[in-house]
Amino acid sequence: MAYLEIKDFTKSFGENQVLKGIDFTLEKGEVLSIIGSSGSGKTTLLRCVNFLEKPDFGSMTVDGETLIGDGIKDTERTLRQKRLNFGLVFQSFNLFPHFTVIKNVTLAPELLLKENYAAFCKTERSKSARKEYLAAKRTEIHETGKELLAKVGLSEKAESYPWQLSGGQQQRVAIARALAMRPKVLCFDEPTSALDPELTGEVLKVIRSLKGDGRTMIIVTHEMEFAKNVSDKIIYLADGKIEDCGTPEEIFGGARSEKLNAFLASVNDKGEA
Amino acid sequence: MNFFELLWALRDGLIISVEIFFLTLALSLPLGLLICLGRMSKIKPIAWFFKLYISVMRGTPLMLQLFVVYFLPYYLFSVKLKYMGDNWLFTAVIAGFALNYAAYFAEIYRGGISSVPEGQYEAAKVLGISRSKTFFIIILPQVFKRVLPAVTNEIITLVKDTSLAFAIGLIEMFTRAKQLASKEVSMLPYAAAALIYYLFNLAVAGVMSFIEKKMNRYRIK
Repeated sequence: MAYLEIKDFTKSFGENQVLKGIDFTLEKGEVLSIIGSSGSGKTTLLRCVNFLEKPDFGSMTVDGETLIGDGIKDTERTLRQKRLNFGLVFQSFNLFPHFTVIKNVTLAPELLLKENYAAFCKTERSKSARKEYLAAKRTEIHETGKELLAKVGLSEKAESYPWQLSGGQQQRVAIARALAMRPKVLCFDEPTSALDPELTGEVLKVIRSLKGDGRTMIIVTHEMEFAKNVSDKIIYLADGKIEDCGTPEEIFGGARSEKLNAFLASVNDKGEA
Repeated sequence: MNFFELLWALRDGLIISVEIFFLTLALSLPLGLLICLGRMSKIKPIAWFFKLYISVMRGTPLMLQLFVVYFLPYYLFSVKLKYMGDNWLFTAVIAGFALNYAAYFAEIYRGGISSVPEGQYEAAKVLGISRSKTFFIIILPQVFKRVLPAVTNEIITLVKDTSLAFAIGLIEMFTRAKQLASKEVSMLPYAAAALIYYLFNLAVAGVMSFIEKKMNRYRIK
């Protein structure tokens, strides 16, 4: 069984059927890019995977655990736990403006620690053991946060606030923040679309280095050259369906389908203009 | 009495005014948040109730609301007001002010909450942060920053509005100034009261701009 398996994802908003039965699989350590014109359902698909939208129909299995499927009902709590299988980096970064960069990265792990600590205290009676547990975990979270900032090349910005950073830097913080929760699959929703062209490079470089670490990733992108270089697999989405799917060589090799060729040609035109 | 003696003579009234001011704030700022949450509730009847509440509180004079609160025990339970205890007058004033100002604060908060981008909620969601923690740790601090100028406006209005307590006979600073004016047959007590109100608000504005500066370490889109 594949690491990530999605079957028959269907989603409608009112009359508008956005996803018309999406199936795909992804192996551990693979990078999948999703391409397609606006309105093809790329973002909705990614949002369904991240539990930001609930698919009307379909199933999803990650690492052997079925997260979405027939008869599975979620409470807010189980939903929260399931979400943590995935990390999501947004187009518009969505950093928390009132927290420093390092706090943005460590906030969610710290809040999770508080929940775990409450559970820990139920079994552990000794005060000193409790204290030790908390201190050790806190240090660990902070160290991991610093490592992640180093990983995205922003160690010196740890104490800055988001507004003091460029778009590219903010997006790299957002990547570090997503990684801090140790997701099994890291997702990107057009991570460079809100950036000035000269800033996309630094973000793409970070994503490329994550591939080097063997991260499993799903990337919705308009950067064709990047998709070609970084992906193991590319899905071309059109009108809510997988129109084509294959390795970068296959997808960009030409002569697949009229629709795909037309799409790639239109993207190229924009690139050259 | 010269001007300085008049200022001194107003001190008892000033204490009452200051008490009304602080107690009203302490009650209406949190109450406003609750009303705001009620107004934004997904349960329709609750939302309607608080919408009506806000509409009535903002649509009728505060002076009249003070009458309503003051006489409520009599009309509701036929309790003669003399049995309500010595503090009833003051309590009624605080309750009236708090209920009224909470309605204004609720609307200010509502504007602040809806101006926080949806992306903030979604970012918190995908990080597995619970809904209540999202609200208190991520949304609310940003709301406070956004609403601060509007809240400052209301607080400054409140300083002056404390004089409305005279309507149901509470002797605060303005009432005291009126008494002195008729006793002295002079407008000077009013001038003294005006000066105190002004200085009071100067201090309020100073404190609020200090808080605003403190919050300027971060910026929001």
